[in-house]
Amino acid sequence: MAAVIRFESLSKTYRSGDVEVHAVRDVSFEVQAGEFVAIMGASGSGKSTMMNILGCLDQPTSGRYLLDGIDVSQLGRDALADIRNQKLGFVFQGFNLLSRTSALENVELPLMYARSPQSAKELHGRALTALETVGLGGRAGHHPNQLSGGQQQRVAIARALVNEPALLLADEPTGNLDSRTSIEIMETFQTLNERGMTIVMVTHEHDIALFTKRNVVMRDGVIVSDIRVPQRSVARDELRRLDAATKTAQLAP
Amino acid sequence: MKLAATFRIALRALRRNKMRSVLTMLGIIIGVGAVIAMVGIGNGARAQVETQIASLGKNMILIFSGSTTSSGVRTGWGSAGTLKIEDAEAIAREIPTVASVSPEIRSTAQVAAGNQNWLTQLLGEGPDYFEMRQWEIAAGATFTEQEVRAASKVAVIGRTTATQLFGSADPVGQVIRVKNVPFLITGLLKPKGMSLMGSDQDDVVIVPYTTAMKRLTGDVKLRSINVQAVSAKSLPQTQQQITALLRQRHRIASGMDDDFTVRGQQEIAEMATATSKILTYLLGAIAFVSLLVGGIGIMNIMLVSVTERTREIGIRMAVGAHGRDILLQFLVEAVTLGCLGGVLGIGLGYAASEIISRLTDWPTTIPLFMVFLSFTFSAVIGIAFGLYPAWKAAALNPIDALRYE
Repeated sequence: MAAVIRFESLSKTYRSGDVEVHAVRDVSFEVQAGEFVAIMGASGSGKSTMMNILGCLDQPTSGRYLLDGIDVSQLGRDALADIRNQKLGFVFQGFNLLSRTSALENVELPLMYARSPQSAKELHGRALTALETVGLGGRAGHHPNQLSGGQQQRVAIARALVNEPALLLADEPTGNLDSRTSIEIMETFQTLNERGMTIVMVTHEHDIALFTKRNVVMRDGVIVSDIRVPQRSVARDELRRLDAATKTAQLAP
Repeated sequence: MKLAATFRIALRALRRNKMRSVLTMLGIIIGVGAVIAMVGIGNGARAQVETQIASLGKNMILIFSGSTTSSGVRTGWGSAGTLKIEDAEAIAREIPTVASVSPEIRSTAQVAAGNQNWLTQLLGEGPDYFEMRQWEIAAGATFTEQEVRAASKVAVIGRTTATQLFGSADPVGQVIRVKNVPFLITGLLKPKGMSLMGSDQDDVVIVPYTTAMKRLTGDVKLRSINVQAVSAKSLPQTQQQITALLRQRHRIASGMDDDFTVRGQQEIAEMATATSKILTYLLGAIAFVSLLVGGIGIMNIMLVSVTERTREIGIRMAVGAHGRDILLQFLVEAVTLGCLGGVLGIGLGYAASEIISRLTDWPTTIPLFMVFLSFTFSAVIGIAFGLYPAWKAAALNPIDALRYE
């Protein structure tokens, strides 16, 4: 199987004044199709820079980045925008939905910027399908402020999925959510992954990382550990356990 | 991204801040309104003046006696009495581009008929006067060449004078007394209305200039001479030749001022339109400044809008918007502001010119192309002043825009 992500001795150096900051140093790694990877690390470890480069929002200083077989490290602004549109789906910590715009229209957004024009009816259809995938088919007309945090994040996931990307990138997707909702989001991710979606997620929460298949830990711009998760948590089971615990607590005098 | 969708997004963004949008458009509204009102008033005034000019007659040249630039006390046109009948005859005889000439004497006189009397304008004219001024007869006939030569006591009267002296009775064939001299009324003139200077042209009694000199003023001097040139093209040339001829006849050495004034119809028209021109320029200046301020207002609010929506721009870029998609989105918003302001301004201008039309009785007309022009101009202002903010939005770095708080 071809690698969805392939970093070849990739480096990123920022320059602030006279000081050079090596955010990512000579990193090589691969993510195969169907993987579910958590990138972890303390703040300043370079994981955000990794995420920006992975998401084609930033360019590496040196090295190559092959996304789905395409070398994106030398592309211009517009070409990168097209790559983001076609190959990538983004999920952010702060949801980043357009306020005062319905869930459906938020999901339609990437389709509107697609270079192959589609009819409004097609757009609605595809956006609705994506919303149904995350279990929000009935909330298409709601605005973000009428939805809970978990629902908003699911709208964001639907938006990420609507263009059928090769890779789903999530930047601290559970950072703004309570633990139960976090597990619900992880359940959605696991379901998507089971269907074949490649997911790379940045998180600093260890228990959240346990829902993934592979944990990559960064420190000072290099990968210090890259392991398969030995005892993977299954979100569905976790939720069941949580429900049982709540029931017990309610029954207790 | 499709243009229709871009427009929908722009309209929604504007609707979100209704008050702000309206205030932003105010400059454009006032500017375009002023332009439309200006054109309406200007056209109305021009139409008004054109009718009045036409009432003067075609290709007319007026020669006034007396110099307005003579030293010492200045007594006004016609009072110096430097023009003589011989001058009028010489002009008719010697200048080929002159079609006809009518010497003019003008005074006011108390006229009486039966037990009625009325203070009116008394004109002494030549027989061609009525044709020159395209002044038609309603009843009876004008006086003839013979009657002028014989200094007959005949008169043609205007509608106002007729009404004052005879009421609704037919004045033709009746007798009026001017300074106790009886005159037979041979004709009644059709109404001509207000003159350029605003006096009632129909309040008049016209007699042969010979009669006026002999019986009424006892003078051989003319107030003015009416001259008709053969064509509009020959007007300037005719004017020059008249000036040269009269200077020669009056023996005015070169370098000395004329003791008469020659004015073409065009100059008279220009004098009359001077006021409306000043008004037009004034409104034009207001319009220009207002449109400029309006444009700056649009730029200002668009810059605020870009800053406010930095995150939105980041999101759009993250999901695949090109720089030019963002540029177009904000540009369309600015253009929509401009166009909407333009439409409202056109409405305002129509209303203003309608009100002015009611107040002044001027027939204000606004040509359609002017409406299109101001609309286009508003759109252009939207583009011109929206370009910088839109470009600023498009140049944002998606990472920074996404992290913007």
